[in-house]
Amino acid sequence: MNIRCTGLRKSFDGVIALGNISVQCPTGGITAIIGPNGAGKTTLLNILTGFLSPDAGRWFVGEREITGLPPYKVARMGLTRTFQDVRLISMVTVLENVMLARPDQTGEGLLHAILRIGVAGEEACNQREASRLLQFVGLEKQTNERAGTLSYGQQKLLTLACCLAAQPEILLLDEPLAGVHTDTAANILRLLQQIRQNGKTVVFVEHNIAAVREIADFVIVIDEGTVVAQGPPREVLNRPEILEAYVA
Amino acid sequence: MPDPQPHLGIYDLHTGYAKKEVLGGVTLDVLPGEVVALIGHNGAGKSTVLKAAFGMLPIWAGHVALQGSRINLPSPRIMLGHKVAYSPQGNRVFGELTVLHNLELGGLTLASKAELREGLARVLLLFPALRGRTKQRAGTLSGGERQMLSLAMALITSPRLLLLDEPSLGLAAPTTRKALDVIHALSSNQGVSVLIVEQKVREVLRIADRVFVLRNGRVSFSGKASALEDEARLRAVYL
Repeated sequence: MNIRCTGLRKSFDGVIALGNISVQCPTGGITAIIGPNGAGKTTLLNILTGFLSPDAGRWFVGEREITGLPPYKVARMGLTRTFQDVRLISMVTVLENVMLARPDQTGEGLLHAILRIGVAGEEACNQREASRLLQFVGLEKQTNERAGTLSYGQQKLLTLACCLAAQPEILLLDEPLAGVHTDTAANILRLLQQIRQNGKTVVFVEHNIAAVREIADFVIVIDEGTVVAQGPPREVLNRPEILEAYVA
Repeated sequence: MPDPQPHLGIYDLHTGYAKKEVLGGVTLDVLPGEVVALIGHNGAGKSTVLKAAFGMLPIWAGHVALQGSRINLPSPRIMLGHKVAYSPQGNRVFGELTVLHNLELGGLTLASKAELREGLARVLLLFPALRGRTKQRAGTLSGGERQMLSLAMALITSPRLLLLDEPSLGLAAPTTRKALDVIHALSSNQGVSVLIVEQKVREVLRIADRVFVLRNGRVSFSGKASALEDEARLRAVYL
């Protein structure tokens, strides 16, 4: 499934954040969005995931228009995201954070929560799946620790596990490598490649250009709210003007 | 000539969260006007060192000293009184408030409006990207701009000792370089002492005088930053 948008515009208090952006992220690939601070990268992600309303424009997941849908409906369409800052429930365990991210749980309903009909079996299944995801991201040893006691890098890995628990077709990741140690960053890149192998579409905003070169299939460069270049990394990232302005 | 008294001394520091010990006896110091980098794996305890030194976490054992004087129960209020500023990880700003109001909050402990005005002028000069955005809500800034605002809030009181937790988080490469240059200039031109936690190791080593490497809550290496210029040496102590 791909994600695309057309004619997106957004300004904040008179400052133009996005000025008529139209992009398409290829299905089943890894797309990197790069650009200087304040270029509009996160604003684009916020709009696509329903966290922000644009002044104009439309956006789609596959053939379905998701313009104006609230975040929870966007998530149900198979599109999940992470944020630049880590957003976890710090007082509950690592395992519980992942279990809570699983969609359509029977126990979400008041009656089922009280009567617990069919809930126990489903929770056991959720727990198995959550444990599998924690193993996938390498946090199995932290399963029963409170999320708030994890290091920043571990919290980034946990947000990725929570994202995957929602069974998305498209993942939007806002600076997944920021603030993480080289080893953890390499681990996250390996996980993203595995996610791509599973047929998912990954879109990530990133300042780490070496990482973009390593795993991206497609690069979109945004500056001052407009797309200034897009294409395969070997083509886009080797342009002298791009190298000078955004990479050097 | 005897070594100068450290601006910040941390001695055999033990602390953690709930019952989990994160720091198991950390000793480090920052000399006046020096930039000291604290690097290491995620979870090594770097941010915990800064939090404990600033009084955001109780100290289980060991102690913190400023210019040779032991601080018995460090608290943010006490540390601010000693001209110590702390910029936490993750560009913590007040999203619902304007950039200007955030900066004014950063300068809350300043004695007069004149000092606040002077502080505002100075930080807006350091971070020109914020100049045209003083009336904009901080929550609508980009991540990098919020990071600059967070730094500016720490700098508005003209601190003599800066505790910085990943100031480059979310900054593009050219902006990272500029931000670290600003920090280096504060140290070399104004004598501000800096203890800086950073994952962009190559960048921070460029401006640091000395470096401490933390591993599992203990100092595993300390020395001159120039000692890690060699890639193989850096990999051996850091990776």
